[in-house]
Amino acid sequence: MALEHADVLRAAHLARLGLDDDEATHYLDDLGRILAMVDQLQTLDTEGVAPLAHPLETTQRLRADEVTETDQRSRFQRCAPAVEQGLYLVPRVVE
Amino acid sequence: MHEKTLTELAAGLAAGEFSSRELTQALLARIDRLDGDLNSFITVTADAALDAADRADAARAAGNTGPLTGVPLALKDIFCTEGVKTSAGSRMLDNFVAPYDATVVEKLKGAGTVSLGKTNMDEFAMGSSNENSFFGPVQNPWDQGAVPGGSSGGSAAAVAAGLVPAALGTDTGGSIRQPAAFCGITGLKPTYGRVSRYGIIAYASSLDQAGPMARTAEDCAHLLGAIAGHDLRDSTSVARGVPDYTEELDAPLAGLKIGLPREYFGEGLDPTVEGAVREAIGVYESLGATVREISLPHTHYAIPAYYVIAPAEASSNLSRYDGVRYGHRCDAPSDLTDLYKRSRAEGFGEEVKRRILMGTHTLSEGFFDAYYKKAQQVRRLIRQDFLDAFDEVDVLMGPASPTPAFDLGAKKDPVSMYLQDIYTIAINLAGIPGISVPAGIVGGRPVGLQILGTHFAEARLLNVAHQFQQATDWHLRRPALVEETL
Repeated sequence: MALEHADVLRAAHLARLGLDDDEATHYLDDLGRILAMVDQLQTLDTEGVAPLAHPLETTQRLRADEVTETDQRSRFQRCAPAVEQGLYLVPRVVE
Repeated sequence: MHEKTLTELAAGLAAGEFSSRELTQALLARIDRLDGDLNSFITVTADAALDAADRADAARAAGNTGPLTGVPLALKDIFCTEGVKTSAGSRMLDNFVAPYDATVVEKLKGAGTVSLGKTNMDEFAMGSSNENSFFGPVQNPWDQGAVPGGSSGGSAAAVAAGLVPAALGTDTGGSIRQPAAFCGITGLKPTYGRVSRYGIIAYASSLDQAGPMARTAEDCAHLLGAIAGHDLRDSTSVARGVPDYTEELDAPLAGLKIGLPREYFGEGLDPTVEGAVREAIGVYESLGATVREISLPHTHYAIPAYYVIAPAEASSNLSRYDGVRYGHRCDAPSDLTDLYKRSRAEGFGEEVKRRILMGTHTLSEGFFDAYYKKAQQVRRLIRQDFLDAFDEVDVLMGPASPTPAFDLGAKKDPVSMYLQDIYTIAINLAGIPGISVPAGIVGGRPVGLQILGTHFAEARLLNVAHQFQQATDWHLRRPALVEETL
């Protein structure tokens, strides 16, 4: 499946990764070669094979729905770039 | 003291031959002298190390000790360490001081070990040469023009150079075993779920696993016992008892059934590496093992499957770096989208961006079934290859890497770098354990023998590796750099 310049820009936008046109061209070339390598998968018949998501095939463990965490907000916000009164500061979203 | 193994150092501490403070000081001085060039550490925590050494010495004086009390080691900079920078080799986390310890860090502290610092790595563990680090490449102590391997390149180089007796690494597609092979040390990737991933910066969550890197299999057995076990804070960690991994080390190998996957001895394998590996297998035959060829028919689909699954999981895991809660934030963002896009563009390096783009593309609408679902189907076939093989043989053996360490700067094309991991990557897809042990030196650079076992066969792998190390001395060889600085 051939990759196009617009696909790279679309992926960059979906990933919220700033990329200019020249950079997109550079990655188009790399990703094209990686996808060509990945396309070997298409030569294998996997009809009827169930996808494997977990190498031990176990399911996610559940726990009782009880509060186990204490409030550690101020501790965890110490590494934030900008906080005020317990809130994370970002540029104005709604004018 | 730097020439001793972790097991020997632990015995020396227990016998009172030296204190943990003396040992820690000696190794810190060595780091100071040698690591300017090697660049194996991102952060050296000298003061905290000396404090921990003093606590260990005090505990010993009070008769309150365990087998690892006072033993120094290092941690790949992917393990969260409370109060210490945890960068994952990225500009994105250059300013990140972790607010908590990873479970394995907590366990190692509890065991009385002394961390000397955080080791260099490929950014977010994405790489096979350590050249993708924001903090610069690491030199291989055997040949300073060669890479140490990756992504746990700093951990491998630090152990090989005698800066620490052991270090922790992580392995998502070979990141413990390949650098261990390139640097002539022993490195074990445990079964998926054997060691808690809590507090380990995530790359590809269905593949990531932490493990020990040290001089010998015996050293790795001690460390694995200290870090393995069930953890409620990691929902994929396995509720299963931890055996004493040192107990079976001395079991004789007579009757051991070894399988050689024919796909691991084919095109692309450097003949000098093959020669060393076949000689090592000859040693096993002399110890009473039997050897037969087997097939892992889907081997050549492992790299393609991995480069769908791992980038897909990475693109999801790395979406958390948004410039808001922690990590790098761009200057003067004009709006929220600009904040996200510029913070991430500035914070991530080229290989990380490549994998985020790859993963985002393959997961996006219209491509999911063709790539991600297909790769997961192939993943099942790869895993089944191994399960079938372990019905026939006890362990599999082959090279850890198709070549010895390559030159710094030699691999510019991402696909050629990816192909380096041909013998290690399927093991993560299958979730089985693997260990690399030193098995030769060609052209001045070490060769690693990889030994694979079925799920939770770590004790057997360590036994098989240990018996090889009783019969050979490859693991005792030291790079000239180390010998010159005795």
